[in-house]
Amino acid sequence: MLNTSQKLNPKLFDLNVEQVPIRDGFGQGLVEAGEKNEQVVALCADLVESTRIEKFAKQFPERFVEMGVAEQNLVTVASGLASMGKIPFTASYACFSPGRNWEQIRTTITYNDVPVKIVGAHAGISVGPDGGTHQMLEDIALMRVLPNMVVVVPCDSVEAKKATLAIAENGKPSYIRLARNKSAVVTTATSPFEVGKANVLVDPDRAEVAVIACGQMVYYALMAARQLEAEGIKVSVTNLHTIKPLDMETIHRVAANSGAVVTVEEHQVVGGMGSAVAESLAKTFPVPIEFLGVQDKYGQSGEPGELLEHYGLGVKDIVGAVKKVIGRKKR
Amino acid sequence: MQTLTDDKKKLLAEKAGDIRRSVIEMLVQAGSGHTAGPLGMADIFTALYFHVLEHEPRNPSWSERDRLVLSNGHICPVYYATLAHAGYFPVEELKTLRQFGSRLQGHPHREYLPYVETSSGPLGSGLSQACGMALAEKMDHGQNSNKYIYCLMSDGELQEGNTWEAVLFAGKQKFSNLIVIIDRNNIQIDGFTEDIMPLEPLAEKFSAFNWHVIEIDGHNFDDIISAVGEGQAVFGRPVVIIAHTTPGKGVPAFEKKYEWHGKPPTKEEGEMALKELRTLGGKIKSEND
Repeated sequence: MLNTSQKLNPKLFDLNVEQVPIRDGFGQGLVEAGEKNEQVVALCADLVESTRIEKFAKQFPERFVEMGVAEQNLVTVASGLASMGKIPFTASYACFSPGRNWEQIRTTITYNDVPVKIVGAHAGISVGPDGGTHQMLEDIALMRVLPNMVVVVPCDSVEAKKATLAIAENGKPSYIRLARNKSAVVTTATSPFEVGKANVLVDPDRAEVAVIACGQMVYYALMAARQLEAEGIKVSVTNLHTIKPLDMETIHRVAANSGAVVTVEEHQVVGGMGSAVAESLAKTFPVPIEFLGVQDKYGQSGEPGELLEHYGLGVKDIVGAVKKVIGRKKR
Repeated sequence: MQTLTDDKKKLLAEKAGDIRRSVIEMLVQAGSGHTAGPLGMADIFTALYFHVLEHEPRNPSWSERDRLVLSNGHICPVYYATLAHAGYFPVEELKTLRQFGSRLQGHPHREYLPYVETSSGPLGSGLSQACGMALAEKMDHGQNSNKYIYCLMSDGELQEGNTWEAVLFAGKQKFSNLIVIIDRNNIQIDGFTEDIMPLEPLAEKFSAFNWHVIEIDGHNFDDIISAVGEGQAVFGRPVVIIAHTTPGKGVPAFEKKYEWHGKPPTKEEGEMALKELRTLGGKIKSEND
């Protein structure tokens, strides 16, 4: 079922598939980016360990700055650093950065078009017990609406490392979204990754539905695809890791190949990845779409698995959405 | 920085007069924009661009230049007029202020006019950016940076939380090359600062955050230049110069009136102002002279 050119984790469907927090990949990638380019610097707003910026801070103390609990200053100081030639990575929880400092990001980073990297950790409902205040569900919308901003949502820790290395050198304001919990490792070191180029992980000649997912929902989408295949329903699965710039060509191709789309994201359905897909397809190839995400609500405390299920992001929900959208196709 | 001779002082006064007249002409032509702040800051801009700054107007991206961040972007008419009179672009271009296709946007946009170090307008974030520039220098050169980072701020934007995050940060970093000048003109859009949201005791606030504080008359070139000189000599502490200025300075009808914060002169008011400024010559004096 899996597209072999994607070189995915061969143990992907094992019950004991390796589970690693996506943020760990960021931490590793940042150290490597720092080794490759001495202009890479890092700033953190009192969350050094949990954002995984700790490794960089230890290896390059002279290039790391603790900003304290001050997210507006975090990104605006970074803007000043970038204007002097530095490549600053700024880390906090997504609900605070870009949640609290959106105007500073707009005016001093994207309006100036300077290469500051916003690292939004603890995004999504899977943050778990901390509850709704800390489960950022609006960040993709906030960031993708800004001209000049690149928005990347890695599907696992391996991809997060590659994404971190890529945005360190892209010369653009960039947002990278990270999750807190341990999640399945879907890709491998040799899986293709390019910012702005979606990866079609399951790519049958003829699919009934194109499932498009980002973040850890990619794993859930693959699990749903396997279950659907067992029922005789073939779907494609696309890892849309870059929300901006959007790979309209691949989105068009998978939509045209199936005639129906299901989008899956750990974000509000308003303004997120699904909205970006819909905006694109409305222009190129309108098809019925089912949007899976948080349906205009806030989260609450709980374990990641039970929360994802409660808010309609479980494997069974994806299976159900696929069947529903098939019913909406024009015969 | 060179000492200020009497001849140079005379030249600065003339330049400040040219810049004030340009400000009035620009605002009348644009039909919108801010009047009081630009007139009040003309002497400080003149002192900086014609005496203090290490810069090369004909090589604006010279990497070793001092950096100047204008945090309160709404006073950009005086910024643009100063840049033009300093040779960054033709004075003639000033009349395009706020027009479609102009490089002189209503608030500075670096993408349109690369001679400004940053885009600004939304208040309270310039100091952080200046701190970022000072930090980049500190990372590369420790306390031995050969560049000064200047940040010009309004008093009104001291009401922004972001400003105080930066004030804390600069105190922590013990910058040796950060000099902030606050335009203490006591007015903001809705009224006098002390009525809207009191800032005093202001000098004590900065001292308490481990800054070196200097208070000056913002229309006295000796004061301005000696304060900057003192600021350059201070080691291991960020410097704030609280410059007491008269909003609308140079046109008595506009002075000290908050109503002139955010509106331009009409054609008639502009003519009256230009007449005042023409007859003023080098007569702008501080109230203490």
